[in-house]
Order: sequence, then structure tokens, then C-alpha cells
Amino acid sequence: MSTLKLAAALILAATAATAASGAVETPMLGKPISLADLAPWDLSIGPDGVGLPAGKGSAREGKQVFIDKCAACHGLEGQGQPADRLVGGQGTLTSDAPVKTVGSYWPYPTTLFDFVRRAMPLNEPQTLTSDETYAVSAFILAANGIIKPGDVMNAKTLPKVKMPNQGNFFIVYPGNLK
Amino acid sequence: MKKSGKAEAADLHEPAAANGLLHRRFFLAGGAGVGLAALSGAAKAEPLAVPEWTRKPGAWFSAYGQPSKYESKVGRGAIVEHNPLYESGPGSIRTPLQFLEGMITPNGLHFERSHNGIPDIDPEQHRLVIHGLVKRPLVFTMDDLARYPMTSRISFVECAGNSGALYAKDAAAGTAQTLHGLLSCAEWTGVSLALLLDEAGVDPKATWLLAEGADAASMSRSVPLAKAMDDAMVCLYQNGERIRPSNGYPLRLLVPGYQGNMNVKWLRRIKLTAGPTMTKDETSKYSLLLNEGKSAQFKFQLDAKAIITRPSPGYLLKQQGFYEISGLAWSGNGKVTKVEVTADGGKTWAQAALSDPVLSKALTRFRIPWHWTGQAAVLQARCTDDTGYTQPARDVLIAARGNRAAYHNNAISSWSVATGGEVKHVYA
Ligand code: HEC
Repeated sequence: MSTLKLAAALILAATAATAASGAVETPMLGKPISLADLAPWDLSIGPDGVGLPAGKGSAREGKQVFIDKCAACHGLEGQGQPADRLVGGQGTLTSDAPVKTVGSYWPYPTTLFDFVRRAMPLNEPQTLTSDETYAVSAFILAANGIIKPGDVMNAKTLPKVKMPNQGNFFIVYPGNLK
Repeated sequence: MKKSGKAEAADLHEPAAANGLLHRRFFLAGGAGVGLAALSGAAKAEPLAVPEWTRKPGAWFSAYGQPSKYESKVGRGAIVEHNPLYESGPGSIRTPLQFLEGMITPNGLHFERSHNGIPDIDPEQHRLVIHGLVKRPLVFTMDDLARYPMTSRISFVECAGNSGALYAKDAAAGTAQTLHGLLSCAEWTGVSLALLLDEAGVDPKATWLLAEGADAASMSRSVPLAKAMDDAMVCLYQNGERIRPSNGYPLRLLVPGYQGNMNVKWLRRIKLTAGPTMTKDETSKYSLLLNEGKSAQFKFQLDAKAIITRPSPGYLLKQQGFYEISGLAWSGNGKVTKVEVTADGGKTWAQAALSDPVLSKALTRFRIPWHWTGQAAVLQARCTDDTGYTQPARDVLIAARGNRAAYHNNAISSWSVATGGEVKHVYA
């Protein structure tokens, strides 16, 4: 804060010409980059699905991806162990032992694509193709009974999937929960 | 009316609360030495010998200093064995709060939480990109950022899951470290994020941003733009040296007072957005499952909390007499204004002394003198911050939230002291 203001003041003093025009000079050392050049890093997908890539897949195709690349850590049916359980748990959130999974807890379907694409499989993240990512996402959604095994997930259909627990989430910010 | 020096000194020698708590300025009052020494009944000291290390030259210098070998117990605990299926995977390691003093955590003891290992990042190749709802998407090298005007601030970082064990029905066996050690405090130095965002030119439609790391989890979190413009920093230095790899080298985001996970390590990307991205770690994780199946999302601030670090589980009080109770208090909403301590499980409270400096969103050290008479005691501390908020009793917090919330547990915690001097975590 104050250091910043001081720095700004020094710059102002040193560049009287700029100051006269009313603009504060800042270092401006960042280099401009085009959207195409930063695209390989622009991974995140929000709930509106904007930015989802081309490609598609259904649970039928996703089953094999899951067996090959996910089941070792999440169980053949997504039942978990050693890593997170991905399937089931519906109806347990008010019990003493809530089971939070993609099916019972997650509020948005886009989160599944976003997370699997950026971080899974744990041992070799960012190696799945877009088709594989759609297909394995479809497999997890279908295993939870949220879509049908034949339903095709793509940039249009995925964001429209209604997650059963979404209505139970509320946003605290800008307030606080005490 | 102001009391005379003598009358005030007499007051300072009155018990401040039951079960041996003394006034926080007890030792400033003078004349205290006699009474306490008499009570502690010390045996005669051994005759003094001149030790070996005084009679021969010591070791030569080393490029980077290390703690004394006699302090080897001071570490971040046993390294948890990871699953053989994982190369390294998600995990955490905790600060040994019970062995530390003051408000600063040494860099090698700062807690760590990561979701797929610690990346080995070459700073020459690392970049920070700012894009999304901005006029000019910009890319910065680490050398670029090192040329910006810098700010320093002392700030705590606390994992939202810290103290989560206190939601459990029964009090877990544990220490200050294992129960509350996802908490550290350092002096962070870097560039104001607001300055960089101004350079990129924030589009008025932007209300949030996504911060993303370059680790194998590509950890990503949504941060409200208002917070980013208020006091967020992109940090290059921690306690004067470049941030360690495990804490985000070469660049980490600091969002003072907010959930630890949002202080994204290995920061490589900031995308301005019109709303939150709803990443895995702000939906599936780091949300609070409350009563009736409701889930609270984007509760960011770590509310006021205090814990006693000395004595705490692992300590054994070997004799009656004087002990200083020492601990840490903090608030993600501002400054600590008051810490109260009880030795009788909350029936009577005395105010602790706060050690300068007391800084907003930083750990604050508190201390209070205690004369242990050998009776069973239950020690607790509770923190009040400058918003006027006081941390709740555990049963009050659980009544409001249920016991499934997992995160943000800032309830008062309790250590029992048995007549034999053992200290344990209990619910009281
Ligand atoms: C080597 C073990 C491993 C493999 C293989 C693996 N995962 Fe994971 N997965 C994990 C771990 C560990 C986590 C927890 C990550 C964290 O803490 O951020 C996780 C988390 C997840 C989550 C989030 C769970 C939640 O409820 O928050 C999803 C979804 C997921 N994995 C899907 C997949 C898919 C799909 C695949 C296959 C393409 C896969 N995983 C392969 C270990 C693995």
C-alpha cells in the first residue's frame, strides 16, 4: 500500500511530463500475447461451458478409458480406494457419515471435465484427448445415474447436465459464515 | 482515577483468574521473585564445569545455515507414507507449533499442502500470464516481476482444513502440530496484484479471477476481483529469501486472511472472469457441508482463533510452580484485539499480553503467567478481533454448523493438564 503509493509518487515526480498529462507511469514490463499463443494454457472451463473443446464421448466409450486409466486408483466401479470415491453416496449428506462424490455432491458438470482434463490421471495429467475426457466424464455421470449410458457428452450437452445436488449450494461471499 | 504505583502493583499480584492464572503484567509489578521462588522450592544447583566446546576451536562456516543437531525433534512430523500407486500425489505436512516461539515460521518449517507433488520449476522458463476480461493480455518473466516496486507484509497462511479434527464427535489424540499445524506465518514480499491488473486493463465486466498454478494439479481457484484489488500480492520472497519450491517457487499468490488453498503456489496464470469458475477445489472440496444437506461455498475468511502452544500435548509439567502460557492468535478479518485464557475450562478468564507487533491478518503471540499448583486444569484461549468478533465455544460452532463441515473450524480448543503433569487434547 504505502510503499506502492510512494513508488508511484516518485515515478510521478521523476516524469513531470507524464504527470502533467495526469497519467501515472507504471513499469509496464509485461509483453502482449495473442489469444492464440496463450491458448495452450487457457484450460479452465466455467459453468457456462465457454471454451469447451471440440470432441465427444459417451459412457460406453468412457468405460474402457476408465478401466485403463482411472480404475487403479478410483476402483472399477468408481467406488473409491485408494483415491476418492466418484460414484454413489446419494442420500447420505444429512447422515453422520456423508459420502461426497461427483454424483451426490458436485454442483456443476463442467467441473468434472475441467478437473479431469487438468489433473487426471494423477500419474500422467494432461495426457487424455478431448474425446477421452468427454467419454470418461460421461462414464462417471452415467455411473451416478445422472445421464444415460448412450448419452453423448460434448461442448453443447455437457454444460446442460443437471447435477442433483446443485440446489443445495449457496454462496457465502461477500458475506461471511460464522 | 489513576491508581498510585503501589496500589496498582498490589492489584497485579492478585490472581487474574482461578487455578493459578496471574496478571499479564505480574512480572512488571516487582517483588514477584521472592514469592514464586519460595513456592517452587528449588534444589541446589550442581557445581559448574568448563565444557569441552569452550576449550577447542569450533566448526568452520557453512554456506547455508542449519539448526542445531540438538533440535532435530523440531520438524514437520513423520512423512506420511504415500500410496505405492502414487508417484507423490496429494498430501500435507504441518508446522511444529509447540516447539516454536514468536510470530514468524522459519521457511523450512512452513506447513505444506499440495495436490500432486512439488514441481521443479526453472525460473528462467516460468511465466505469469494475465488474460481473460482485460484490454491487454500480458506475459511476465520472473525477471520482469523482480523489477516492479515491491511491498512486504507479514501474513499468516492457514489451510481451510486446519483444526478440522475438532468437528469429530470425540477429541482426537494429537498435538498443537497435528491438530492445528496447517498454519504458518511469514513475511511475504512481492508485487501488488492490483498494479499488474491495472497494467493489463481490467474490463468492467470482470468481477472474479481464476488463479492457476503450474504444478501437476494445475491447482486453480477463483478469487473475487475486489479482494485481488484490495490486498493481494504476487510474491517472490518469503522471510527475505526466494520462496522455497514447496511453498510456490518462483511465484505464489498471497490473498491475506483467505483460505490457504487460494494462495495459489507456482502461480502461472490469472484469468479475469465474469463469475467464479467453479473449480474442483471450490465445489467438491473447500466448501462446508452444513445441516440439512446445505453447502456453503466461497466462505473465504479464516475467522478469529487462538491456540495455546506451550504447554500443549507432548509437554510434561515436571513440577509445580511458574509456567508461562504462550500461544498464537490470528484473524483473517483483521487484527487481534484481545486474547483471554482460562485454566479452569472456561469458568474464569484472564486477559493475556499481546506481543508486539500486532498486525492485521498475521499471527500474534500472546503470553500469560501461570502458577501451577499441581491440580488438574483445563487450559483454553479465545481470540477477539477488531471487528468485535470472538471465536465460539466448540458446542456453539457445532450447533450452528453440524459436524460435517470439515473446514474452517475456529472453535475454542482445550488442553487438559493432569495432576501428574501430562497435557492432552480434550473437549471441555
Ligand atoms: C494414480 C492414481 C490416480 C489415477 C490413475 C486417477 N486418479 Fe483421480 N484422483 C486421484 C487422487 C489422489 C485424487 C485427489 C486429488 C486432489 O487431492 O486434488 C483424485 C481425484 C479425482 C477426482 C475428484 C474427486 C472429488 O470428489 O473431489 C476425480 C473426478 C478424478 N480423480 C477422476 C479421475 C479420472 C477420470 C481418472 C482417469 C482418467 C483418474 N481420476 C485417475 C488419484 C488418481
